[in-house]
Amino acid sequence: MHTQLDVNGRAYALDHDPRTTLLDALRDHIGLYGTKKGCDHGQCGACTVLVNGRRINSCLTLAAMHDGDEITTVEGLGEPGALAPLQQAFVDCDGYQCGYCTPGQIMSATGMLEEAKAGDPSHVSASLSGDVALDDSEIAERMSGNLCRCSAYPFIRQAIHSVEGKE
Amino acid sequence: MTQTFKMDEPLPRLLDETRQGLIGTPMNRPDGPLKVSGRADYAADRLPDGTAHGVLVRATITKGKVTRLDESALAGIEGVVAVLSGPNFVRNPAQGMAGESPVQPGPRVDYHGQPIALVVAETFEAARDAAQRLVVEYDDAGGAEVDPDSASEVETDDPDATGDWDEAWGRAAAKVDVTYTTPGQVSAAMEPHAALAHWDSGRLTLHGSQQMLRFNRKELADAVGVDPSEVRILSPYVGGGFGSKLGIGAEAVSAALASRDLGRPVRVVMARQTVFDAVLRRTQTSQHVRLAADADGRLLALGHDDLVSNLPEESFAEPTTNASQFTYGAAALRFQQSVARIHRTPSGSVRAPGEAVGMVVLEAAVDELAGELGMDPVELRLKNIPDTAPLTGQDYSGRRLADCLRQGAERFGWAQRPKAERDGDWLIGCGMAAAARKNMLTKAAARVRLTGAGAVVETDMTDIGTGSYAILAQIAGELLGLPESKVEVRLADTDLPGASGSGGSFGAGSTGSAVFLAARRIREQLAAQLGCEPGELTLQDGIARGANVEKSLADLVQDELVGEAEIASGEAAKSHLSAGWGAHFCEVAVHAWTGEVRVRRMLGLFDIGRVLNRKTATSQAVGGMIWGLGGALTEELHHDPRTGHIANRDLANYHVAAHADAAGRIEADFVDDRDDWANPMQSKGVGELGISGSGGAVLNAIHAAAGVRIRHLPATPDKVIAALEAAGR
Repeated sequence: MHTQLDVNGRAYALDHDPRTTLLDALRDHIGLYGTKKGCDHGQCGACTVLVNGRRINSCLTLAAMHDGDEITTVEGLGEPGALAPLQQAFVDCDGYQCGYCTPGQIMSATGMLEEAKAGDPSHVSASLSGDVALDDSEIAERMSGNLCRCSAYPFIRQAIHSVEGKE
Repeated sequence: MTQTFKMDEPLPRLLDETRQGLIGTPMNRPDGPLKVSGRADYAADRLPDGTAHGVLVRATITKGKVTRLDESALAGIEGVVAVLSGPNFVRNPAQGMAGESPVQPGPRVDYHGQPIALVVAETFEAARDAAQRLVVEYDDAGGAEVDPDSASEVETDDPDATGDWDEAWGRAAAKVDVTYTTPGQVSAAMEPHAALAHWDSGRLTLHGSQQMLRFNRKELADAVGVDPSEVRILSPYVGGGFGSKLGIGAEAVSAALASRDLGRPVRVVMARQTVFDAVLRRTQTSQHVRLAADADGRLLALGHDDLVSNLPEESFAEPTTNASQFTYGAAALRFQQSVARIHRTPSGSVRAPGEAVGMVVLEAAVDELAGELGMDPVELRLKNIPDTAPLTGQDYSGRRLADCLRQGAERFGWAQRPKAERDGDWLIGCGMAAAARKNMLTKAAARVRLTGAGAVVETDMTDIGTGSYAILAQIAGELLGLPESKVEVRLADTDLPGASGSGGSFGAGSTGSAVFLAARRIREQLAAQLGCEPGELTLQDGIARGANVEKSLADLVQDELVGEAEIASGEAAKSHLSAGWGAHFCEVAVHAWTGEVRVRRMLGLFDIGRVLNRKTATSQAVGGMIWGLGGALTEELHHDPRTGHIANRDLANYHVAAHADAAGRIEADFVDDRDDWANPMQSKGVGELGISGSGGAVLNAIHAAAGVRIRHLPATPDKVIAALEAAGR
């Protein structure tokens, strides 16, 4: 079947198996291997991308459901020599070790910062309305869908803190 | 010619004389920009034209034989290429440093979940569909034993023992005699095991996710029946290892076999569930610890016996009592291991095999002894640091355990810690534990090439997140007087000199030393060209100085200079016991009604000799501490009692620590030291030290907070509530 995806500002016309997930479409059909497959079941977050600005586990959705959607992957944020501030912060804070969950952490954090800015509450928010103060426990709660077995968690959150409110 | 250096005696501390100022700094990882931008290519991150997709099929019986693979159900699936099995298929991954194929059982099934066939198709979707529909017929042997506690086949070693146990036990003023259990655990590296194989003129190239290429090449060659010289493995980026990628496994072997049969590239990526089923787990343990002390807190007797499990004929047995044998001294010591032979997914090395589960229990038992004695647990440990290694009589090399304990206590505020305080519904308390992990040096080779433009380091060493790219650049840059930007590190290609690989925390020390020695050879050549003794040579920022001459490397190095070196363990490992040391301090909150445990803060202070990169070492240490936290609180394999099958074989049901579990302040630091007997750089391993003992600090903090001992890990809320109720709290 045919699906048109807008990935990192570029249009891709895909001819694919109806069972192809968005994750596999990005990786094996388009060749953007930055988005990682850690579990294929929405349990680890390594495949997180932005779809029309919202973060999503790309393994849990079919490519066919995203005809015409705007997808942002980690490759779309920046590249070596021209990294996005959050990407550079991960380098400076050592917010990774093996690097495999890193694209998902970065995309998830990118989406998360927008959610907080929009006032979306989390499980640990003191109030369901009003501004969200992104302290460490808020960030930890909001990032808990992204596993990091190297357990770089404190340094990932340091990186996120360091760019928060600075764009 | 490669120079082989055997570590017999300490070398002068050259890294304290060099001028570049790169070693030890918190330099960013040079591979960082690629990783954060999605451009680091892991094993599955490629799909050459014509690649077929392979999906592994698992056994759904525990013991018996595969009698037939019925492909009739696959007839309607478009794009199925082949169903492969056969005598070369491997039962499980090779154990670390095996250097030969793991067991190739043919049609025999030894555990539920064993990979038994590979379905290959034109697309991943078709291969997955076909793998699920393939009908496997078995001759089920039935009656397989899967429970270590009731296994009929248990092999018990002769005990390692010294002293008069009965005498020492008999005159004790305080005793602890306890049994702890730890459940099976898994590495759960974020990158599932993956391989892309293709053959060209009889030569196999494998993009794999592997930790120890020098061994993996031999293992893969042996498994597929070719000479190792016909196998090339590349693993430039590995998405975590933790022991799970030490040896060649089913994904690599089946991809290689299928590619050879089909004459096209084949990619096999394990599903996460297959990673649980078919990759070596950490054994569950039952540990019997006996401690006896006099009234002053001096240990009289220390006994640590354990029961672990593995498949029949798998040689690995979790060395549970590793650290118990050299951390403390006592008049009488006794260590004995039993291995139950059962048909579960076989066990193997998972981060810090031995210490990760053994030291948690030892340190919890020592805490219990402190309680019996009414003594501060830091004091009790300080009092029992032996002069020489108790079982072997070896001298210790660098050992700053006492400093870690004292300075760690000071920095944590141990003396002023909250003691059984209450914060609303939360009970607050602090615990501590010592950390120890044996430090090893293994054979490793590396080559350094220097031109006027800079240096290139070449070795088949891997970087599994450990920071090899960073520290090898720092070592070469430091010795050759080059900034980071002038050193390129090429890794993880079996065409390069054979390194130690990543495992046992020995990678940095072993392969780093090979790079050190190779670069030192280049220093000798530069000194000769400059006309000075090597000891007079200084190198900094691309300028060589010596014998009152100053020249830029660009002028001095006309032809490329090459240094290649190999290091191997020597007399030093016999004369001295080298280990990493440390102390963990932890504050937890235990919910009085739900039994939930939250770690509020943790501090680890470690002695790893010379720190090669403060940033990556800190990350390793903190990561290990969080592993310990997860092991203490959430991680647990569940096995079906009928089949031994891993019931919670995914990341939703096997709970590794997440951000919210590690939301407290978790910090690690190092006491600066030089371990002269460890290697030419005076450094020690760090990757597994952080996990050693950290879970014990968590358990001890739970006791301090809530007054209950959880002796069956993990300390999940149900167990904490039951313990609170039993204690009448």
